[in-house]
Amino acid sequence: MASKRGRMSQEVNAGSMADIAFLLLIFFLVTTTIASDKGILNILPPKQDPNQPPPEVELNERNIFNILINANDDLLIEGEFRNNTDGLSEEIKSFVLNFGNPDEDAVALFNELPPSLRGLAEQSPESSDHPMTGGAVISIKTNRGTSYETYLEVLDLVKKAYFEIYGERVGLTAEQYRALSGQTAAEKELIDRGKDRIPMAISIAEPDKIGS
Amino acid sequence: MSKFKKKTKADTNIPTSALPDIIFMLLFFFMVTTVLREQEILVEQKIPQATQLQKLQKKTLISYLYIGKPKNTSLYGSEPRIQANDVLINTSDIILWVNQEKDNLSEAERDQITISLKADRDVKMGPISDIQFELREADARKLMYASVGKVENN
Repeated sequence: MASKRGRMSQEVNAGSMADIAFLLLIFFLVTTTIASDKGILNILPPKQDPNQPPPEVELNERNIFNILINANDDLLIEGEFRNNTDGLSEEIKSFVLNFGNPDEDAVALFNELPPSLRGLAEQSPESSDHPMTGGAVISIKTNRGTSYETYLEVLDLVKKAYFEIYGERVGLTAEQYRALSGQTAAEKELIDRGKDRIPMAISIAEPDKIGS
Repeated sequence: MSKFKKKTKADTNIPTSALPDIIFMLLFFFMVTTVLREQEILVEQKIPQATQLQKLQKKTLISYLYIGKPKNTSLYGSEPRIQANDVLINTSDIILWVNQEKDNLSEAERDQITISLKADRDVKMGPISDIQFELREADARKLMYASVGKVENN
C-alpha cells in the first residue's frame, strides 16, 4: 500500500470522460424525436350490416345542430352562411345547454349544474330540448372536396364546447379536464362526473359527392 | 482565530469528478426516451393544428396511417396516398393492414387498437372518409386525428 502512495498518480485521467459523454449526449439530443401522440379522438360508428338497414332515429329538427361544410370550406351553420368559425363553440354550448323542453330527469340534471352553466339555458323552444341522450346532437356534414383542415377545425370547436361544459361541472378548466388520464380512481371519478348524462353527441355524416 | 485560519487553507477547487456521472445520467435519459425513426415517411406531412388535444396513454395500442401527397410525385403521382408502415397502400388494403396490426397485440388488447391518422392538412375529406369507412369495416373504431397544438387567441 505504501508503495502505491509513493507513485505520482495511477488513476486514469477521467477528465475527458465528460467530453465523450457530452458528445454522445448531443448526438442523442439531435436524433431524438419525442413522439407526439396527441390528437383529437373520435370513435367511429359500428360497421353497418348490409342485411339490416341503419336504424331510423327520429329526432326533431330543433334537437340537431347542423353544420355543413362545402367544397369551398364555407360553412352553413343552422341554415346560416358563414365563412369563418368565430364564436361557433359558444353557440354550441348554448345549444347543448338550452333545456327548451326538459322532462323530469333533465330538470334534475339542470338543478345539479353549476350556476355558470345554468345561466346559459335560454329555454328557447327552437333549440334543443335537453342535453341528455337523444336530446341535443351536433351534426357535421362535409363534402368530399372539403379540406381536412377545415373539418378538423370545426370538430375541434365542437369538442371544445363539450370539454368546457365538462370542465365547468367539476370546477376545472377545459385544459385541466382534457389532461385527466383516468388512471387513478380520483381522476376517473372526475371524468365520469364531468360527462355524466351529457354525452358527446357528435354525428359525422358521410360526405356527399355532388357539388364538389 | 484558529478556525478561520483553517478555512483559508481549504481547497477552493470544485470537484469535477462527478461531472461525467451527471452527464451519463442525462445521456441515459435521452437514450431511453429516444425513438429512432424506424421508417421513412413517403408522403408529405403538414399536420394540422387544433386546440383540444388529448393524449393517449398506451402507445403500444397505436398504429399509424400517414396520408398525404407523395413526396416522390414522379413515381407515385400527385394524388393523396396512404402509407402504412413503410409502403404505400390502397384504400382496399386497409382491412388487411388493420388485421395485421391487431395480430401484433395481445388477445385482450385487440379491440382497443387505436389508429392515429396522420393526415396532411391539404388532403380533402374524400380520401379521409374512405379510410374511415374501411376502418369501420375492419372494426378498428378508435381513431385519432393527429394534430399539433395551436396557441389560442382568445
